[in-house]
Amino acid sequence: MRITQGAFSFLPDLTDQQIAAQIDYCLGKGWAVNIEFTDDPHPRNTYWEMWGHPMFDIKDAAGVMLELQACRKAYGDRYIRLSAFDASHGWESIRLSFIVNRPKSEDGFMLEREEGAGRRIRYRTRAYATDRPEGARYD
Amino acid sequence: MTEPVVPETVPTSIDLRREYEEAGIGEVFRQLDSELVGLAPVKQRIQETAARLLVERARRKLGLTDEPPTLHMSFTGNPGTGKTTVALRMADLLHRLGLIRRGHLVTVTRDDLVGQYIGHTAPKTKEVLKRAMGGVLFIDEAYYLYRPENERDYGQEAIEILLQVMENQRGDLVVILAGYGDRMERFFESNPGFRSRIAHHIDFPDYADDELLQIAELMLAKSHYKLSGHGRAALAKYIEQRRRQPHFANARSIRNALDRARLRQANRLFETSDGPIDAIALSTIEAADILASRVFAIAGQDQKVAQ
Repeated sequence: MRITQGAFSFLPDLTDQQIAAQIDYCLGKGWAVNIEFTDDPHPRNTYWEMWGHPMFDIKDAAGVMLELQACRKAYGDRYIRLSAFDASHGWESIRLSFIVNRPKSEDGFMLEREEGAGRRIRYRTRAYATDRPEGARYD
Repeated sequence: MTEPVVPETVPTSIDLRREYEEAGIGEVFRQLDSELVGLAPVKQRIQETAARLLVERARRKLGLTDEPPTLHMSFTGNPGTGKTTVALRMADLLHRLGLIRRGHLVTVTRDDLVGQYIGHTAPKTKEVLKRAMGGVLFIDEAYYLYRPENERDYGQEAIEILLQVMENQRGDLVVILAGYGDRMERFFESNPGFRSRIAHHIDFPDYADDELLQIAELMLAKSHYKLSGHGRAALAKYIEQRRRQPHFANARSIRNALDRARLRQANRLFETSDGPIDAIALSTIEAADILASRVFAIAGQDQKVAQ
């Protein structure tokens, strides 16, 4: 199941040229771009690993693309996303975030129903990927 | 992944003169002329380089070539001959010609590129390259990158990363190497990879004495100072003497000399003033402020030894 998180996630995957154009837009607005990766696709997983620091003093998308290629080389089998931080009001807040890399096969989620007292049902989603230990989820 | 962009209509002729005007190159040259005294051969070379790049751009527009031109340069010359200033203008020029996307200049030296322990160099170099993407990377005193006497030096690692980026991302980044002529020559000899990737060599000659005097007056005028008649004569003598002494760095030596002269002027005004002083006195450098320099004392000693 193809996961849809962040911007553009209902579109076909962006090409590198399109990613670079998005980065240029962010840099033009004065936002700092950050690269993160994870192999836990659950939508409530907010703890993605950072690939280095957010890039604050970059002038051109080519610099970010350089890091993105390096991240893909190391973690090409995981989800990678770019996020852009805006600090214009004094604190960093995310303005744009989109996925730029996915595993080859996305296993999707298990929906579990748990019967409680009376006729109450509790639902739980669990990514199949997380059955396996971290680092070996998309081999 | 990305298909080559085919322009819908390939023009059949191009007006070079109009291209020149539209790119605003003339303005860059006017700025160069007004900012930099002398340096005629350098200006000539830049003009030639600009013409060549303009023609190359026209050729690309007509579909005669689609290889991005090699733009990496080396600036050689003694310290204080305006290499950094010209690099700044060059970045502007390349940006106007549409050869780089941003036109900013990132100035670095060995310290910014080479780390202190194993595994420290590559991230440092990459960090700098990332910042310079889309603009010009100016490596001052580039020959320090290579230290033949120490085989465990990490400079080689930085050189390899640089060479790789200079080759593979020619469209993203222009590298300018700068340094003294003879040491750069030796650097290129031991790193042939650099020489073959650098298309433009520009040599910066030393300034003549009268050019330095002109520069001094420009510098003073910028901060609203001026030389008195005697002060001017004293400075001319100072330049003549200073040139013969070690560590002479052209315009930079002059700037330092002027800074010290201003210090002495302030001191002189403070000690001799016994009433209100006017703006003219506050902004005039007298001969005494310059003649008090250590340079004259040393020159005097040398003369005594010679006698």
